[in-house]
Amino acid sequence: MVRGSLLNQTLNFLFYILVQIILVKNLVLFDTAFCFIYVAFLLLLPLETGILIILLLGFITGFLVDVFYNSLGIHTAACVLLAYLRTHWIRLLTPTGGYEVGAKISLNSMGLRWFSSYCLVLIFIHHIALFFLELGGFGLFYFTLFKIITSTFLTFMVIVIVQYLSGSIYSRRV
Amino acid sequence: MQRLFQILLKYRAFIIFVLLEFLSGWLIIQNNQYQSAAFFNSSNALAGNIINATNYLSEYLSLRKVNQELSQENAILRNQLLRNPSVTTGSTSIDSTLSTEFEYIPAKVINNSTRRFKNYLTLNKGSNDGVEPGMGVIGIHGIVGVVKSSSNHFATIISLLHGNMLVSSKIESSNTLCTTKWDGVNPLRANLLYVPRHIELNIGDTVSTSGYNAIFPEKILIGTISQVKLPEDATFYDIRISLSTEFHGLSYVYVLQNNLKAEKISLEVNSITE
Repeated sequence: MVRGSLLNQTLNFLFYILVQIILVKNLVLFDTAFCFIYVAFLLLLPLETGILIILLLGFITGFLVDVFYNSLGIHTAACVLLAYLRTHWIRLLTPTGGYEVGAKISLNSMGLRWFSSYCLVLIFIHHIALFFLELGGFGLFYFTLFKIITSTFLTFMVIVIVQYLSGSIYSRRV
Repeated sequence: MQRLFQILLKYRAFIIFVLLEFLSGWLIIQNNQYQSAAFFNSSNALAGNIINATNYLSEYLSLRKVNQELSQENAILRNQLLRNPSVTTGSTSIDSTLSTEFEYIPAKVINNSTRRFKNYLTLNKGSNDGVEPGMGVIGIHGIVGVVKSSSNHFATIISLLHGNMLVSSKIESSNTLCTTKWDGVNPLRANLLYVPRHIELNIGDTVSTSGYNAIFPEKILIGTISQVKLPEDATFYDIRISLSTEFHGLSYVYVLQNNLKAEKISLEVNSITE
């Protein structure tokens, strides 16, 4: 069970990072909406993953993406922030009766309402950190805020689409 | 002592979090230094090869445009030859120090961004071909950027579209020295700073490099003035220029190797310290 999920997570990691640095890197909608789909890897880690592991994975993920974006440290900082807040945000979102044991974080198992409130807030925080760190100040505040909001929605939409696609594949296999 | 360990254990997640954030902050500061021998960027071997492979597939999509541009450049060069036949006959009337100061290293852009606040390019030539940090990069239509770091086969370029990039420039009509800086919003426009208010300006005036440094030679095109404002109490004009280089579709560029850079800089440093 554990080995299977480890393999799964490794494949997930490779998939999201490769999609990010090969395909999505050059995708900018309307000159403002960027897509950072790789955060899905951090968001979708199993519920019971220890926070130290998530922090380290966040650091590694961000660092790898930074190498390809020539922005050393910026994605890393944003990802570590996301990784740290993730556990707390999940605790705050606990439904009445708590989570089921061994529950997976996915659109199918959690429902659209939980999933969107979970993802949107964390993506938004990640993007705030990312864009303002890249800007290195608050000079173009409203322009940047606009970029952050549009990018948050684009990233979220793409994650949901991938969820629907992979969900249908899994259900067919079962 | 035991209590200390208990506290450390209790807040271990927060401590690790703060540590990792400090590490990221340190990386950001390291990376912001103007030219560095940074290893962890798109010019390292792994990243460069992956980017190169992706580019190998996607370059077919822009072949038509690249061909057009190259033939356009050929036409411009042929026209220059017609006007200046001494180049072909090898006449010695050209000043030999000037003619050998800069050498061009052709390179292909394999990775490019224009929509971020700090944009970079990756080239497929590295230190094996003579590309070193600090060299200038120009395209067919004008200035492109400066080499940030280079590995054996790849180089990372700080684009002109980078918030920290300042280029010493000159308004051709009046020979006014000024500075070009990108504002972070529109990849087709930039600002021209430090033009004093007594200078006469016209919309459409050409702005080019000043040649007062060892990176770019004189008269490399930067753009043309598109908008001029003069606030009542300001010392300097607010000038917008439209950039001559179309960064979005860059395909082939030239890295400028300055053979006299060491001589020029050491002379300048010597005369300052005396």
